Amino acid sequence: MHVRAGPVMPGEARLELSSVCRSFGPVQVLFDVQIDLRPGEVHALIGENGAGKSTTMKIMSGYLQPTSGEVRLEGKDARFPDSQAAEAAGVVLIHQEFNLAEQLTVEENVFLGRELKRGPFLDRRAMRAKTAELLDRLKCHVSPSARVKDISTPDKQMVEIAKALGRDARVLIMDEPTAVLTNREAEVLFELVERLRADGVAILFTSHKLDEVKRISDRVTVMRDGRVIATTPTAEMTEDQMAEAMVGRELTDLYPARRAPLGDAVALKVEGLDVPGFAQGVSFTLRQGEVLGLAGLIGAGRTEAMEGLVGLRRSTGRVEIDGAPVTIRSPREAQDKGLVYLTEDRKGRGLLLNMGLRDNLTLQSLRDFTNPFLDNKGEDEALTKAIEDFDIRTPSRDARLGNLSGGNQQKLLVAKVMLTGPRIVIIDEPTRGIDIGTKQQIYDFIHRLAEEGVSIIVISSELPEVIGLADRVLVMRRGRIVGEVAGDEKTEDAIVRLAMGLEGEEDRESESA
Amino acid sequence: MSTTTEQRAPGRARPWMDLRVLGPIIALIVLIVVGALMNPNFLSYANITNVLARSAFIGIIAVGMTFVITAGGLDLSVGSMAAFIAGLMIMVMNAALPGLGGGLAVILLGIVAALVAGLAAGWINGFLITTMRIEAFIVTLGTMGIYRSLVTWLADGGTLSLDFGLRTALQPLYYGGLFGVSWPIITFAVVAIIGEIVMRRTAFGRYCAAIGSNDTVARYSSVNVGRIRLLTYVGLGLLVGVATIMYVPRLGSASAATGVLWELEAIAAVIIGGTMLKGGFGRVWGSVVGVLILGLIGNILNLTDAVSPYLNGAIQGVIIVLAVILQREGKAGT
Repeated sequence: MHVRAGPVMPGEARLELSSVCRSFGPVQVLFDVQIDLRPGEVHALIGENGAGKSTTMKIMSGYLQPTSGEVRLEGKDARFPDSQAAEAAGVVLIHQEFNLAEQLTVEENVFLGRELKRGPFLDRRAMRAKTAELLDRLKCHVSPSARVKDISTPDKQMVEIAKALGRDARVLIMDEPTAVLTNREAEVLFELVERLRADGVAILFTSHKLDEVKRISDRVTVMRDGRVIATTPTAEMTEDQMAEAMVGRELTDLYPARRAPLGDAVALKVEGLDVPGFAQGVSFTLRQGEVLGLAGLIGAGRTEAMEGLVGLRRSTGRVEIDGAPVTIRSPREAQDKGLVYLTEDRKGRGLLLNMGLRDNLTLQSLRDFTNPFLDNKGEDEALTKAIEDFDIRTPSRDARLGNLSGGNQQKLLVAKVMLTGPRIVIIDEPTRGIDIGTKQQIYDFIHRLAEEGVSIIVISSELPEVIGLADRVLVMRRGRIVGEVAGDEKTEDAIVRLAMGLEGEEDRESESA
Repeated sequence: MSTTTEQRAPGRARPWMDLRVLGPIIALIVLIVVGALMNPNFLSYANITNVLARSAFIGIIAVGMTFVITAGGLDLSVGSMAAFIAGLMIMVMNAALPGLGGGLAVILLGIVAALVAGLAAGWINGFLITTMRIEAFIVTLGTMGIYRSLVTWLADGGTLSLDFGLRTALQPLYYGGLFGVSWPIITFAVVAIIGEIVMRRTAFGRYCAAIGSNDTVARYSSVNVGRIRLLTYVGLGLLVGVATIMYVPRLGSASAATGVLWELEAIAAVIIGGTMLKGGFGRVWGSVVGVLILGLIGNILNLTDAVSPYLNGAIQGVIIVLAVILQREGKAGT
């Protein structure tokens, strides 16, 4: 029984949470959350990993129910029993990990669960036309009959949005929509958001990129430790103020200057590395204790080249470690030579989400805990140390990894790889999808490693990150290294020009084809 | 007002974790109590050892199957493989009889032949699955047909019988034992204990769970995924050989009907025991309990008149489905 609000007025909330609390077992994760989404407004929800953003969004869209408190859709009680009920009411959540059936076509996905029919049969023609129309509206050029497994990540996201629009979404909730997009793809998304806003859709999105929050949102809500800290018009808040509100303290310089001088010893020398289909003729050297950046557009072959180097993919080329030629045919051989790769895909390739912290931590260095039986005590000690060293926050030591926030999963992944005692580390997208406070911890850690003489390659699509962290930056484009910038030349502009092929290469045809 | 939503908390909820651990044990205890109430002979020494000895064959295979399934695989060929190995062992011993005489030498030769055949058969399955990258289901469906057909061919559609004199010499392998406990039971116990230790206390067991959980993550963590997978099939093949060695003296023959449906009984025992069919989590002791549950059901039906023994399969089926329902994750759908 709730008191009914008066008639809906313009500017009034379309979807509103009030005094929402949520607990998982004995652990309370949301405290008195108050947030309202208005028609024709873009609302940004920001906060560190584990601040409660995901839980809030899941309560809005019926994936979770509040332990107490109210959800109202246009003034009426709307505690959705499940996500289908929410979608039927026009409230759609687009997950960070897409909910698409990979083996079905785009068109079949868009209409999944509400297929158009003519008599007892599917009306494929109508569905195809409608899908094409939706995709057109999104300026997305995939064919309605393409299989989802064959299309690119940004296209998958467009298909997700098309699916939501096909359901006449009046409240669109997006969990980090730009995390998997390049800048150009993000632009397309922003244009779309503008149009949806003009159509009167209420939009909520989360992002760790404060510049885009600043750019496209009308209001911003900051969460910290399960509580709403502030909701203000975006115009009244600077990016620095947002960051500070999220973290709850002042942030010092994200990228400290190099503290230890760089030696001359060459730790890794790569000549003519070929990874068929992805990279050709990749050559570079990495000095001991150096942080080398590897920049480029998504799809430039950075990840594949490095995976080839550590034996995760077939590759040819000459590799020297500490001046001695080596052959690396498997990750195990690379690891035995002190070379390890930390994947960008922590959920798909980095961690076993259904297993515990301890088993994940020691998986890569399990040989060191074998005598010949597993040394459980040693493993427990290693976990205690990792939790301390990397400030991993977990509900309990026995928790499954899937129950940790993204930032804490990332810290455990770093801890896992470092437990192998490497001397050369390749870190792929060290801070993807994690909050600013954790980012700072990871940057600090990379600096400490370099000071200890570990040589590091950082692959990153975030230019400030790669510039701030690295001593030198290599730029890749279409599978080749097209340039190197260091010192004063290490600017975003220079890197972008190289990455887009605007200079440093004969081949000047435009990228967009 | 706000109490009902609590049940939907994700994976961390403890109460039914306990059910997952205790479920098979409770079921086993219930069966024992029911059996004891229905027939006074149920708990007799003779009946208990009979059930254990009959369960030992499937039990030994189920221990190997636990590793295969934990690592995300499956082996449908073990029943046919057992029949083929039994036929081969009989033919080798019969052929060697004139040369070596009826003594220990022939028996040892037969044992070695069975073990080597088991290793080889397991290796072939593993090789096709890991190196040739063919689905385990398809590979072992294929080898299942091949071994069944081979043993029929070797027996020329009939039965391969062990030489009568050898049969007597071999009988102690099934009927003999130590301190009144027969060899199949002792072997089953030893295999189960070693299996439990390997699963729980060695890197190999941990790698199996990691591979079954997500083989890409395992590969990125420097685990030699192909080799570990291959080893699970080789180990299972070896254990099929071990089980066959004790099965041959029981009947002294092999035919197309030998080992029929063993693969399904072994897989069922593993699943009843709480190992996840899609891999990532396995427990050897659970499989042992699963085998005992299946064995006791058949035994109880034979001892009592209340239910026809012909319904054995139906009751086993119900138990399997119930076990999976009880072990299911709390949240439906995802």
